[in-house]
Amino acid sequence: MIPAIEFCEVHKRFGSLHALRGIDLTVERGEFFALLGPNGAGKTTLINILAGLSRATQGCSRVMGHDVVVDYRDARRVLGVVPQELVYDAFFTVREMLRFQSGYFGLRKNDAWIDELLHNLGLTDKADIYTRLLSGGMKRRVLVAQALVHKPPVIVLDEPTAGVDVELRQNLWEFIRRLNRDGHTIVLTTHYLEEAETLCSRIAMLKQGRVIALDTTHNLLSAHAAVQVRLKLNPNRLPDVLRPLLAAEKAGCFNLVLNDYSGLEVVLATLREASVVVDVLEVSKPDLEEVFLRIMGQAGKEAAR
Amino acid sequence: MTGLWTLFYKELLRFWKVGLQTILSPLVTTLLYLLIFSHVMESHVQVYPGVGYTAFLVPGLVMMSMLQNAFANSSSSLIQSKMSGNVVFLLLPPLAYWEFFAAYVAAAIVRGLVVGVGVGLAGLWFTPVTLAHPLWMMAFALAGCAMLGAMGIITALWASGYDQMAAVQNFIIMPLTFLSGVFYSIHSLPPFWQALSHYNPFFYLIDGFRYGFFGVSDVSPELGLLIVGTCFLALSLATLALLKSGYKLRN
Repeated sequence: MIPAIEFCEVHKRFGSLHALRGIDLTVERGEFFALLGPNGAGKTTLINILAGLSRATQGCSRVMGHDVVVDYRDARRVLGVVPQELVYDAFFTVREMLRFQSGYFGLRKNDAWIDELLHNLGLTDKADIYTRLLSGGMKRRVLVAQALVHKPPVIVLDEPTAGVDVELRQNLWEFIRRLNRDGHTIVLTTHYLEEAETLCSRIAMLKQGRVIALDTTHNLLSAHAAVQVRLKLNPNRLPDVLRPLLAAEKAGCFNLVLNDYSGLEVVLATLREASVVVDVLEVSKPDLEEVFLRIMGQAGKEAAR
Repeated sequence: MTGLWTLFYKELLRFWKVGLQTILSPLVTTLLYLLIFSHVMESHVQVYPGVGYTAFLVPGLVMMSMLQNAFANSSSSLIQSKMSGNVVFLLLPPLAYWEFFAAYVAAAIVRGLVVGVGVGLAGLWFTPVTLAHPLWMMAFALAGCAMLGAMGIITALWASGYDQMAAVQNFIIMPLTFLSGVFYSIHSLPPFWQALSHYNPFFYLIDGFRYGFFGVSDVSPELGLLIVGTCFLALSLATLALLKSGYKLRN
């Protein structure tokens, strides 16, 4: 089966800046995929290339098998993009915007689907209001609706929950999940890693224009996750043997990072030997945020070498 | 074609919604020109034999307002979309670059004609206006609006901000229209300026447009239309090439 999205050897240069350095990535149909990375890693550049908003310096990109340059009309028909910037047209109401967007995609009578979108995104009572008068969160919903007017099989959301309150975030994800269950391929970028962890089945991590990690969420968590231990000691001094494990020292507590739970045994034994009393002991389970920081840190060290 | 129609309709609706600024205000400005110039000049100047100065001025002002408004329509719409970022709504869908071009130019023509007709009707109140060759008049009106519509797209694509847009409008479009014979016949100019005027494409637009009213012109309407048509063709090809390359839009 033709994959939903393919990038092969995609490079992008802005003058002397090498923003993308050979991205090879495939997203299969029906996946819920996350594109993670720090600011400036190239996530948005990659999405822009896919959407035809920018052109790759080298390499090819395809949506449902359609090349985004050669076969741009078919490629754009099967792609819906929610841009990161909160853009809107000051001249028009929500419904007008959605009707225009439908028309640009060649759809004449789309009001039934527009109504459904408005309903699902909680915008029904805002339909005839000028978009510029809506709050940031509402504008974001309008952007989502605009990206979906043509029922695209592949949906890309570039930081859709930035600046959006908790309730709306939940509603939005519920809706996106439903689309995914109905067979739409979803790609998202986000800085809320717990969102990526709960929603996405597969994750790519980008740093400085390269894919530095690509695996299922489960594998990433189990392969890279470390156990974090927070200790408050009496006397408050960490034995030198344990120094290499120290990640941070905060509010009189030591944060240690262990490779797995068996390391805990060693730590406790060492403390006992040193006659140090443990006042507080907290063990936190691995999460994506930590994996992310670890992978980014490793990539940084490798790049420095 | 649905995409093209939708964009065209959106462009019409855009200027219609702010009609006070896009239709009424240029109308009032042009009528002030008419009021002042006809009052001052009527008794002093007769450009064509048997044609009063006010009657001579009206077609010039109609053409001038059409040109300026056609340019303003495509340029301001596109630069606003670019600056506010909502141009992505046009870049994400499968609109062909020629549809983009056609919709903006067509809307510019409509805006130009609406203002032009308004000025023309108001002009009737000042002086009776004859229509010797309505088809020639229409041909030059359409060519002028289309040409300036395309120039508006090019300018908005090139400009990185509103100041650059305004620079083109004030340093190129305004002088070219004012110095094209709106207020005078180029025959009244010294030979050097008369010769120079022949390099101004707007001169042929106004001259040919006036021919449609009075059946008199400095240059034959056939030659005028040929020159204007060639200019429009060249500008269109340039605009299409820019749009196709994604110049300053897809980067």
